[in-house]
Amino acid sequence: MATSPPASEAPALPLADRTIGEVSDLLRARKLSSVELVRACLERIARDGERLNTFLAVGDEAALEAARDADRALAAGDERPLLGIPYALKDIFVTKALDEAGQPLPGGLPTTAGSKILDGYRSPYASSAEDRLRAAGAILLGKTNCDEFAMGSSNENSAFGAVHNPWDESTVPGGSSGGSAAAVAAGEAFFALGTDTGGSIRQPASLSGIIGLKPTYGRVSRYGMVAFASSLDQCGPFARSVRDVALVLGAVAGHEPRDSTSVDTPVPNYAEALKGHVRDLRLGVPREYFVAGMEPGVEKAVRAAIDLLEELGAEIVEVSLPSTDKGLATYYIIAPAEASANLARYDGVKYGYSAGDDDLLTNYLRSRGQGFGPEVKRRIMLGTYALSAGYYDAYYLKAQQVRTLIKAEFDDVLEGVDALIAPTSPSVAFEIGAKTQDPLLMYLNDACTLPVNIAGLPGVSAPCGLSDGLPVGLQVIGRAFDEATVLRIADAYEQAAGFGSLRPPTAHD
Amino acid sequence: MITRADVEHVAALARLGLTEEEIERMVSQLNHILEAIAALQDVDTSAVGPTAQVIPLENVMREDVPRDGISREAALANAPLREGGHLRVPVVLEEGR
Repeated sequence: MATSPPASEAPALPLADRTIGEVSDLLRARKLSSVELVRACLERIARDGERLNTFLAVGDEAALEAARDADRALAAGDERPLLGIPYALKDIFVTKALDEAGQPLPGGLPTTAGSKILDGYRSPYASSAEDRLRAAGAILLGKTNCDEFAMGSSNENSAFGAVHNPWDESTVPGGSSGGSAAAVAAGEAFFALGTDTGGSIRQPASLSGIIGLKPTYGRVSRYGMVAFASSLDQCGPFARSVRDVALVLGAVAGHEPRDSTSVDTPVPNYAEALKGHVRDLRLGVPREYFVAGMEPGVEKAVRAAIDLLEELGAEIVEVSLPSTDKGLATYYIIAPAEASANLARYDGVKYGYSAGDDDLLTNYLRSRGQGFGPEVKRRIMLGTYALSAGYYDAYYLKAQQVRTLIKAEFDDVLEGVDALIAPTSPSVAFEIGAKTQDPLLMYLNDACTLPVNIAGLPGVSAPCGLSDGLPVGLQVIGRAFDEATVLRIADAYEQAAGFGSLRPPTAHD
Repeated sequence: MITRADVEHVAALARLGLTEEEIERMVSQLNHILEAIAALQDVDTSAVGPTAQVIPLENVMREDVPRDGISREAALANAPLREGGHLRVPVVLEEGR
């Protein structure tokens, strides 16, 4: 089995397309500056960003200034692993853009959540993600496009237009964190944060040919993340190697008092957990995840990945999660119900778009009716219906009971195996417009990812080859708070399979 | 089966103004989605409790210590309408209404 050569011997990719691991060695050796890294990303954004529609806001001046600070810290011997590394935030994370006097901060970035209802919104506070990554020395480049309020699987629900997949610009990058995924795939940032409520990190990572991790519910603080479905939402990283994802997770994970659902358990050193082998591990393949309608090219690539893991010494066993096919229905009650409550805050009074009507009720109806897009309206309607008098028991309570069953099945199976391996998405990237007329067809994209959110478990997607020239993702699902094992498996696979070096056609200077 | 009247009722509950066209589309799309969701009714949950969230945490408390929040000016900066230090809201209670 060929292993990847060490970074120094690897064929030299353009700077913007390398991994954090590669460039941070150069930064520390003073062969490269953070300013050069930021410029390399900004050049990519200038060249491809508008066409791919990856960014909703870019803060180039502030990024260059932060890079100059990082270079001074590097020169002084500061060894923080993300120091000087440029990154992007999904525009669902608020970024501080106002001072105490309510005046715009120079270089402050707006937050839209991909919605017209928040167009022009400037947050008075920073998200936990922004705070922690600033403390880690990483450099914020800008805010990435996403489906409106993170509702979607293709990024076509953004009020600011679809994002194009750098692998084939007529196709979608996946969603809802499509801008973050496409930006990292296209060398516009070295890593990005997304959010995952039903697959919104893993599915775009799969379709864009990069790594994306949804941590355990409670592993990373959600403070400052615009809420969609509060019992399912979780923040996680995208990057071009599993090791990079491990580094970023280490920087954002851990308890924070400002999110009372963030759990106070120790954060391991995730990079040290990457042992490079899977010889002592038992991996389950859930048979229900090879769903009808899965593209043959996807199944072939995922089966080949499972075979490779077996060759690498992992014990592979078939397992069953019988309630998998109830995941979609359970999710499309729970998530819209929670969303309908969370989105009640957009009232045209406190902030955001207002129709400006003199009558209170008319102002609510018109502000919300004009401010929200079609998918958000659909989910508010579905959720309000499921929670309304006479339907609560049949829908919401029923879904919460099935959630118990889905979680119990995962818990049982994960007692017998160390992790599960499955496809991330049943398809590769599809044409823009192909699924917009049929909401259910779009929802099926997440059939293999949303049960993981329902159970609150960690899951990562890593590239496992190409089908028709487009990336396929392998999903590794672990026990609660065992991101270390999930990342270890993905890393060992990445080292052996060599797909970590896949880059889209945009990867050239 | 969701009717047009149901859609109008739910939209009113959600304070969501829909156009004629949106109401029509919503009736057909919601029925289509609810048909798929109906699969849940076949699951026997007679002996199963509900799960609202998955982590073993409850009643997270903190010390009741005052701390700085967002300043009034910053909190009001995004308001569509304000008057002095307050949000301005359309009339809620009016004489003769």
